[in-house]
Amino acid sequence: MMRLPKFDYRVPKKIRDAVRMMADAGPGGMFVAGGTDLYPNMKRRQQTPATVITVARLKELSEVRWDSARGMVIGASVSLTRICDHPVIRDEYPAVASAARLISTPLLRNMGTVGGNLLLDTRCNYYDQNYEWRKGINFCMKKDGEICWVAPSSPKCWAVQSSDLAPLMVALGAKVRLVSAGDDRLIDIADLYNHDGINYLHKRPDELLTEIHLPPANGTRAVYKKLRRRGSFDFPVLGVAAALDLSEDGTVSKANLILGGIAPAPVKVREAEEMLVGHPLDEERIRAAAEACYVRARPLDNTDFLMNWRKQMARPFVIRALEEIHRPDAGPVTFEC
Amino acid sequence: MAARKKQKVHIQFVANGEEVEVAFAPHKTLLEVLREDMALTGTKHGCELGECGVCTVLLDGQAVLSCLTLGLDVEGREVTTVEGMSVNGELHPLQETFADLGAAQCGYCTPGFLLVAQELLEKNPDPGREEIKEALAGNLCRCTGYIKIYEAVELAAARMRGEEAEPARETVYGYE
Amino acid sequence: MATNNGNNGKPRKVIGKPFRKVDARAKCTGQTRFADDITLPRMLHAKLLRSPVPHAAVKSVDVSRALRLPGVVAAITGKDLPIPYGILPVSQDEHALCIDKVRFIGDPVAAIAAIDEDTAFEAMDLIEVEYEKLKPIATIEEALETREPRIHDYGDYGNVHKNVSLEFGDMDEGFAEADLVREDIFFYQGNTHLPLEQHAAVAHFDADGKLTLWSATQTPHYVHRALAKTLQLPASHIRVIATPNGGGFGGKSDPFNHEVAISKLAMMTGRPVKVALTREEVFYCHRGRHPVLMWVKTGVKRDGAITAMHFRSFLDGGAYGSYGVASTFYTGALQTVTYEIPRYKFEGVRCFTNKPPCGPKRGHGTPQPRFALEVQVDKISEELGLDPAEMRMAHLAPPNSVTANYLRIGSMGLGRCIEKVVEGAGWKDKHRKLPYGKGVGIACGSYLSGAGLPIYWNSMPHSGVQLRLDRQGGVCVMCGSTDIGQGSDSVLAYVVAEVLGIDPFDIRVVTSDTDLTPVDLGSYSSRVTLMTGNAALQAAERARELLTMAVAEKLGAPIENLSFAERRVFDVENPETGVSFAEAVQMAEARFGTIGTVGSYTPPASPGKFKGAGVGPSPAYSYSAAIAEVDVDPETGIVVVERVWIAHDIGQSINPMLVMGQVEGSVYMGLGEALMEEMVYRGNRNIVHKFPSMLEYKSPTTLEMCDVKTYLIEDPDPNGPFGAKEVGQGPLLPIPPAVVNAIYDAVGVRVDEVPATPEKVLAAIRAKAQGKEARFGPKSVPEVLWPAPLKVQTPAEGGDGKALPREAVHARD
Repeated sequence: MMRLPKFDYRVPKKIRDAVRMMADAGPGGMFVAGGTDLYPNMKRRQQTPATVITVARLKELSEVRWDSARGMVIGASVSLTRICDHPVIRDEYPAVASAARLISTPLLRNMGTVGGNLLLDTRCNYYDQNYEWRKGINFCMKKDGEICWVAPSSPKCWAVQSSDLAPLMVALGAKVRLVSAGDDRLIDIADLYNHDGINYLHKRPDELLTEIHLPPANGTRAVYKKLRRRGSFDFPVLGVAAALDLSEDGTVSKANLILGGIAPAPVKVREAEEMLVGHPLDEERIRAAAEACYVRARPLDNTDFLMNWRKQMARPFVIRALEEIHRPDAGPVTFEC
Repeated sequence: MAARKKQKVHIQFVANGEEVEVAFAPHKTLLEVLREDMALTGTKHGCELGECGVCTVLLDGQAVLSCLTLGLDVEGREVTTVEGMSVNGELHPLQETFADLGAAQCGYCTPGFLLVAQELLEKNPDPGREEIKEALAGNLCRCTGYIKIYEAVELAAARMRGEEAEPARETVYGYE
Repeated sequence: MATNNGNNGKPRKVIGKPFRKVDARAKCTGQTRFADDITLPRMLHAKLLRSPVPHAAVKSVDVSRALRLPGVVAAITGKDLPIPYGILPVSQDEHALCIDKVRFIGDPVAAIAAIDEDTAFEAMDLIEVEYEKLKPIATIEEALETREPRIHDYGDYGNVHKNVSLEFGDMDEGFAEADLVREDIFFYQGNTHLPLEQHAAVAHFDADGKLTLWSATQTPHYVHRALAKTLQLPASHIRVIATPNGGGFGGKSDPFNHEVAISKLAMMTGRPVKVALTREEVFYCHRGRHPVLMWVKTGVKRDGAITAMHFRSFLDGGAYGSYGVASTFYTGALQTVTYEIPRYKFEGVRCFTNKPPCGPKRGHGTPQPRFALEVQVDKISEELGLDPAEMRMAHLAPPNSVTANYLRIGSMGLGRCIEKVVEGAGWKDKHRKLPYGKGVGIACGSYLSGAGLPIYWNSMPHSGVQLRLDRQGGVCVMCGSTDIGQGSDSVLAYVVAEVLGIDPFDIRVVTSDTDLTPVDLGSYSSRVTLMTGNAALQAAERARELLTMAVAEKLGAPIENLSFAERRVFDVENPETGVSFAEAVQMAEARFGTIGTVGSYTPPASPGKFKGAGVGPSPAYSYSAAIAEVDVDPETGIVVVERVWIAHDIGQSINPMLVMGQVEGSVYMGLGEALMEEMVYRGNRNIVHKFPSMLEYKSPTTLEMCDVKTYLIEDPDPNGPFGAKEVGQGPLLPIPPAVVNAIYDAVGVRVDEVPATPEKVLAAIRAKAQGKEARFGPKSVPEVLWPAPLKVQTPAEGGDGKALPREAVHARD
């Protein structure tokens, strides 16, 4: 049986206790919420914190607040099942509810949290392996080794951002609140992510993600499309998050197009966004935006599926995402690729 | 021999409706505590990494994976395992229909499916086939092809709603 | 020989009825005790240290540091278990712990027993192993090219484990008669069983010096043999108890290194020792589907009648022999039992590579050639302008016939199977008529109801049953068979209950315990229902005879008038006159003494007498036909199988509901193989398994599983108990070819290999759009120095089943 290594476990009831415990624990400390990401990693000895501090009992982190003027604040420990089922989220941010429903399995959504999903460790099938397996390839730079086996000449790690909510939250312009013993800051979630598979977050280890702030929806149309082998369990190997504001005449006034699952961080495709803004959302523009995403998508061979095919899937997935925004009530529309 | 530092924690919780006290090493998961420290071996395991659904239990009525739940985290809470589904020897309707329709072949994934199905029927007494598939999508079965499991859930749901339901002919004899 | 009929011609009460399984209640309440559920006092926990290199000489293994870790009780290495073993007598090539070389990543070199699993895990890092790396061999092609180094120092040559060639009839004449000759190349990727229960075992060397092993095994009899050999204990001092298997599918059919290692550790420590493998280790146990590259040349007449078939298969065997010699022959054996093939030639080669060993998975060696054959038949029908269903129907192998390669076909319900699915699916309205992206495909298959010959050739029964009746009316049936979820315990109870007129739940079933139960060879090759069923039937009929004599005398009724039903024995002409079943046992016990009977089963002799004729014969063949309906997304290549219609010729259902369960489960597993399941390795990274996990080895969830409409065709076979044939494996076979034939119908491209992943489907669609060959698949097969074929005249040519003398055979092709 795969078992956890030994560690000290702390159960704070208040945020200030949690961050103080973390300050005391130092670099060997980690926060845990649902445990669905950390505990498998610990069993495989990818992560071996000496101290684990649970945030599951922090009541402040399990609240959802909304008002029409200021938007929504979601506590980081709100379970993914609650995100799927929350009536206000379903009404105001339907893309968030439906993206959350695409995460792993019902059981893991019961356990996993929105904060945990946003901070999900980057994934790579040279890294997400048992200790013995990794020993067989002489480890990799993300843990215990020297080299990136995906790109052996690369100085940096190419493990993949694999959260479904991250690209969507970036597209929606969400902010996150990070609290530590001496600091409390609210940053754009886009600035949370870093294009490095090891240091994949601009978050200090002692900072606790406490809240996700979503701006008022104000008619923004958002969708999330996920590519994976099976309808459950699987992480995205390509995610397309699109959030568009359309003016009354149908012209795109604002566009956020974010690709997930192909790089160490969500990839914002400005070229595609620029092609859409100021124009009606017609077939020609949609295809051009899809082409721009295809060019920017450069997945490597470290997830399920062949990387070339994953890259090619950027076109139809972007087209389908934008088509759904264009004609939300129509059935699925297909274009020849 | 020198006395070692005490290594076990001691907690109380409710297991299958009974208050229990148990002592275990603090890094143990609920799966290990149930099977190794409480002899509740009805909860099985297939990967211990959250990739199969076999070790499902109900925690305060919600289906969770015991392999990714720390034993320490159930202090003061209610845990239901497959052993707790039948009361005074009387099987839960789901257990009856799983047995009657051959939804348990090797039986190894069965406890997990039963508990997820129980959670589903408590939330939704009349789920459609697609809702059942969605709800059971976190549990793998390699024997049945899932079909007998759907049929067992549907039959149990009907009986739990008070209907006098019997399995369809094609469920047990095939199509004519 | 059992008479295999029912109860004096009266309606059956149990056989053919959808009873619960006898163990269903235990399985639905968590009471079934699987191997890892067993805990014994003072039990130790073992772990195996496995090789991190694919091919290397082992220079030294030092466990001394590990032994000094507090809590470690014992450690062993290859030197402690020097005697090799293996499932086949011709492939005794495994050691519980490698001695002088390791052959794949995952091959074990040492074992630790400690007070708990954490300590054993920690101790692994303290074992020092010195390896001297050897050139690793990753593929069939590399194995064929590499004479040195050899992975094993036995086998036909170099890294070729087995190289065979059989020729039945005049092939030149056959191809000359053909109006069309097609040559196609196919590849069937390897995949694994993925039982949800990870292998586990507990060994206990008890106070009187006898060893007991509880293990999740499908073959306790062969584990028993392997333990006696490797531990040098008398077999009578070893007891193997197969615990209920949490899924087997063939993956628990070999004796395994962990079983031998913990037995040794239990003997050394005098304490019980448990091992519970991790999921990753289960991938290293493997013994799953061989990757097989195939070349098929088939000649047909204009009406689709086959005139000759030449089949070549190239198997990637992995690092050990396992069942591989049998697997090799199986890739060439059952081609002939569905459609008439008057002349047939088979050449097969199995190579060793530095990967986990392949072996038997559901369908053992036959799904791969069946895939090739059924896809090629689809291509032929199109080329001839024939409907693929009608073409198959027109050329079925006849019932009660002997094939060109000397397989004796008994009952043969494939025609009725095809008719059922064609009608059920609305085939004629769909095939070549659905819009682009939607399609239907048909395929058939056949499988053994047990092998005609045992693994160790002898003339003893393959299956034995003992029945004990006690004066309270209790009936206990004892048999060596192992329930792996298929319901074999229940089959024993149903058969005995039917004959004795009692309720199946009145019966105590004791199985798979080498101390208590007579030998049954194991739960493999779909042999159990037919063989243990016949043995149980014989034992029950013998018991009924004793009871009949005693009761007839007591009642003064003629013997032929007595009937057994409703827990009574009574005069059919005067049903009021009778006794309870328990009274009947008492009367019999008073007259004959303690009532115990035995039954046994030995398959009929096979008509084939040539070398290699041992693989393929069976007392009865099951048949299946399936139609798959698919939706192919032409922009992504993603295939969704929406529905499968499948008809299975079961002979007679012992329990139709359990038959349905096997059919649906086979469709499921076939669907996984068709679409996503594959064992793949990183050739450029030490041949490490790409993803030995439940998450990344993709198996279908509820959301990938299609709807299934199942039809059971009952055409009783004279060799089956009550006419029953197998169902556990056969219905898997038509699924992969039906799916790829449907993909062709949907988007007009051939995917000549499985799994038919979206990448492959899209590549073929793109190739077609660019005017290239609308196909994805292998383009060539390697050169192999085939042995001179063993030539056998077919029955139609007046052959007697013996090979022609070698002198008469001209040399190599």
